[in-house]
Amino acid sequence: MSEMNGTVRIGVYVCHCGTNIAGIVDVKALTHYAAGLPNVAVARDYKYMCSDPGQDLIRQDIRDQHLNRIVVASCSPHLHEATFRNATRAGGLNPFFVQMVNIREHDSWVHTNHAEATLKAIDMVRAAVRRVAYHEALEKGRVSIRPEALVVGGGIAGIHAALTMANAGKHVYLVEREPTIGGHMAQFDKTFPTLDCSACILTPKMSAVKNHPNITLWTYSDVTAIEGYVGNYNVTVTRRPRYVREDLCVGCLECLEACVYKQAKVPDEFNMGLSKRRPIYIPFPQAVPQTPVIDPETCIQFKSGKCKKTCIEVCGDRHAIDLYMQPRTEHIEVGTVVLATGFQTYDARRSPYYGYGHYPNVYTALEIERLVNASGPTGGEVVLRTGGHPKSVGIIHCVGSRDENTNRWCSRVCCMYSLKLAHLLKEHTGAEIFNFYIDMRTPGKGFEEFYQKLLSEHVHFIRGRVAEVTDASLHSSEEGQLVIRVEDTLAGFVRRIPVDMVVLATGLEPRADAQEVRRLFNITCSNEGFFLERHPKLAPVQTFTEGIFLAGCCQGPKDIPDTVAQAGAAAAEALALMDAGYMETEPNTAYVVEESCSGCKTCISVCPYHAISFLDERQVSAINPVLCKGCGTCVAACPSATIRQHLFEDEQIFEEIEGILEYA
Amino acid sequence: MPEEYEPKIVAFFCNWCTYLAADLAGTSRIKYAPNTRVIRVMCSGRVDPQFVLDAFAKGADGVLIGGCHPGDCHYQEGNYKALRRFRLLQRLVSQMGIEPERLRLEWISAAEGDRVRAVIDEMTAQLKALGPARRSHAEAA
Amino acid sequence: MAPYCYFPGCSLRGTGIAYEESLLEVFRLLHLPIEELRDWNCCGATSYMSIDEGSACVLSARNLALAHKGHYRDIVAPCSACYLVLRKTQDYVERYPRIGRRVEESLGPGRLRVLNEVRVRHPLEVLYTDVGLAKIKAHAVRQWPGGKVACYYGCQMVRPYADGDPDHNPVRMDELMHAAGVPTVDFPLKTRCCGGTLTGTMPPVGLRLNEILLAEAHHRGADAMVTVCPLCQYNLDAYQADLRRRSKTFSEMPVFFFTQILGWALGSDPARLGLKRAISGRKQIAQWFPKQRAEVAAHV
Repeated sequence: MSEMNGTVRIGVYVCHCGTNIAGIVDVKALTHYAAGLPNVAVARDYKYMCSDPGQDLIRQDIRDQHLNRIVVASCSPHLHEATFRNATRAGGLNPFFVQMVNIREHDSWVHTNHAEATLKAIDMVRAAVRRVAYHEALEKGRVSIRPEALVVGGGIAGIHAALTMANAGKHVYLVEREPTIGGHMAQFDKTFPTLDCSACILTPKMSAVKNHPNITLWTYSDVTAIEGYVGNYNVTVTRRPRYVREDLCVGCLECLEACVYKQAKVPDEFNMGLSKRRPIYIPFPQAVPQTPVIDPETCIQFKSGKCKKTCIEVCGDRHAIDLYMQPRTEHIEVGTVVLATGFQTYDARRSPYYGYGHYPNVYTALEIERLVNASGPTGGEVVLRTGGHPKSVGIIHCVGSRDENTNRWCSRVCCMYSLKLAHLLKEHTGAEIFNFYIDMRTPGKGFEEFYQKLLSEHVHFIRGRVAEVTDASLHSSEEGQLVIRVEDTLAGFVRRIPVDMVVLATGLEPRADAQEVRRLFNITCSNEGFFLERHPKLAPVQTFTEGIFLAGCCQGPKDIPDTVAQAGAAAAEALALMDAGYMETEPNTAYVVEESCSGCKTCISVCPYHAISFLDERQVSAINPVLCKGCGTCVAACPSATIRQHLFEDEQIFEEIEGILEYA
Repeated sequence: MPEEYEPKIVAFFCNWCTYLAADLAGTSRIKYAPNTRVIRVMCSGRVDPQFVLDAFAKGADGVLIGGCHPGDCHYQEGNYKALRRFRLLQRLVSQMGIEPERLRLEWISAAEGDRVRAVIDEMTAQLKALGPARRSHAEAA
Repeated sequence: MAPYCYFPGCSLRGTGIAYEESLLEVFRLLHLPIEELRDWNCCGATSYMSIDEGSACVLSARNLALAHKGHYRDIVAPCSACYLVLRKTQDYVERYPRIGRRVEESLGPGRLRVLNEVRVRHPLEVLYTDVGLAKIKAHAVRQWPGGKVACYYGCQMVRPYADGDPDHNPVRMDELMHAAGVPTVDFPLKTRCCGGTLTGTMPPVGLRLNEILLAEAHHRGADAMVTVCPLCQYNLDAYQADLRRRSKTFSEMPVFFFTQILGWALGSDPARLGLKRAISGRKQIAQWFPKQRAEVAAHV
């Protein structure tokens, strides 16, 4: 029962936060007012309460002034609640006797009228002073963290995070939806700015994943359900049937050649549709695992049941092909999750004025990556869809980025990869290359130097947003080419530039199913649709759900160096939890006061975590504090106010309400 | 009204969505009317109807409840419970002669800082036009 | 069914009279009841909008109010500019209180009110949506004698207030032509500017824009151009003689309204389709419609 136990002595601390608060709210007046409130023993104001000397004030006052309640009027509790609770504990007082008042994010930063902002701060401080009197001593709960981790997504981010955690001795489940790991990076040719071969730096890591004793790799699989709480997640993984047994296949790939389809007919997804594959295929030669997949939509045996099954024949004694394979469900228990589900590229058909899909020689950047790649559909030869080699190429930046009509954000990597493609295309074809840009964004290490190098290679740079790509020619010299119409903003006139090939630097977007995935994991997305980090500066890999971390482009567009760095960070944070072995939980759970429980059972069905059970012997409800997440829904539902919630007691909230309205 | 009447709105914001959205409005320095006072709860499902009634009884001109969008509740379903209670509260409160604009439920996600501004500004303007919730006995008669 | 309310606008009574003639024919052949809006006034499009938005909206709004008063559900405005400005007014009246008030004050004395329950439609969209391609195909009784056409939409039909067709690649007119059995050519300049009023105010600019369109249509193998807007049609039709003087390689071609072609396909008497009103390409028209030869030649 929450009540004022003994004499309440409150210390009120008003933070200036430099001029962030003091510039709008009259902190002196606020402090003076607070000093006059009932039960307030001391009221101080200070420039930076969160600093060491600021916290010292609290520590000292608890001892010298015998304080047993603390109110801090400063920034959002999301920022410094932990700071002030720690300071209070260091002063010898239970940390849950602290109440924060948000007079920055909710007051000084959003209001311009000084008098009104100060009045609001006064109301809020008064409310907190009344509330805190009803706080009680509480202890944090403890929940143990299992040492296993789940990494969702097998691109470079997922791979790096998995390897880091596995090297630290933790068991990692790496779940990837495609038949192979590697992600988008496997499709790139060379990486900027060093022009390292992408596959050469990626495949050793892919190999390390395959061989690591601590990693369980499940490809062609999806996470379909996740329950539980931090440290104890029960995850269901559905493994789709490849129709080739991973444990029996040796990776000789003879079945691919043996397929009855003499000509490959199915558009190859890995090569962006620029080549074809057979129904039995492996995405690329260095795929991990080196096990083919059969596509039931195109395999004759699946469609008609009447195939010679030469693939099975050539597999012979190994019997690795199993056409009756069923989907399998795996249930695992993990302590932490790292989401590394990556991005998708902008669909260039949404910008019809660039002619993608209409004119055959308009390509997206990913298609060019495959075209210039030695292991790509043309062995690295840049051949137009209409045949021949291009003598001139136009590369259009910001397609589906920095655009009010499509995506507003900057996709961060396109300027650099457009420079890279300009270099590679010039190297492969000797063509005249034009880059059409809005700004050149080359911030990383070695990036500006790369740009300078391109300038010295006589690539033309035209600053202007391309209006249209058209085949309507005005002069005979333009016949048969694609004309790029653009305003050259530095030269000051509109230009028509006929080229043989157009490359669209398509931007990065959240994946189409990002909303479903985030609901599955109980995290949120930003307005743009990328997974939301807990704080953009101070917690860029955490989410608002404890134990679930983010790595790579699923959190926002970024290049490979930043992706790997973030993946390492996510792994480190997950490792910190798993190595500690336990985590403290906020003591805001609900509890039943048995004496007044009438056994009406209203609360049982209201809990989404099944944390409330009915004790038949005593005919009362009981709440499991480990399962309870502290939402408070049962507290509001209980008709007899028998269920209460620590930290959010009814009395505390009533005091807050009445404190706000005391001078209504 | 002798001096300029400023409505006072008591707002219950859920910790994970609306409270964060209001924080985001703060970090983005979005400006809005200073008439709300926020009480933080972990979930909109924690908002007991008694809180709302007590607020009106003690002189609030308006009560605003902010929660996560349906389907997005940090605790799965708490916001649906809030919605159910809100519907009943609407009826109850109107029977007491309190205008419907004074009680409002909004779904605001953590990324929607500007929405916080829009809702608060709109509600403040409406309540200013309506006048104070507590009228003098003479007026009511 | 409720009759469509027909809003001609000034152009369909003037230079675009062929549009009116053929439109009414098409509606007649398809048994779509259509009545002219009584006491209609200028829609306030183009120049007035740039000079005094409020007044322009009042002009437009009066037509909407009259349509509502006449209990019409749909008002059909064939001129693309009229179409656009009527729709824009419907939105402005609600979105901008200043304009809403101005309109209310001006129309009030006539006991007129703008209520946005009347839907402003373009005949292209009406034929596409209400009638449908299948029905057009079923009613098409004649082969088009005139070869391939380049469908030219102009700019108004793909602006934000217009309804339906995607802005960079509208297809409705092409699909209607196909349904009527008329072959089309791929014409990427289908929404490129025709010059608008510039053909009058800055002839070198306006004529050049015209030339680009006609030359490209010819280049693509079209024998005629088809359009939905009276200003586009006029621009493309009226100055071909000038263009021929400028360039030896320029060849003339007729510019039709889409309703003229549809009317023919649906079996109309060609005399009722306004074919004689053509300024350019009369030789081709006379060739394709031998029975009209006399009247086409006679028309000055």
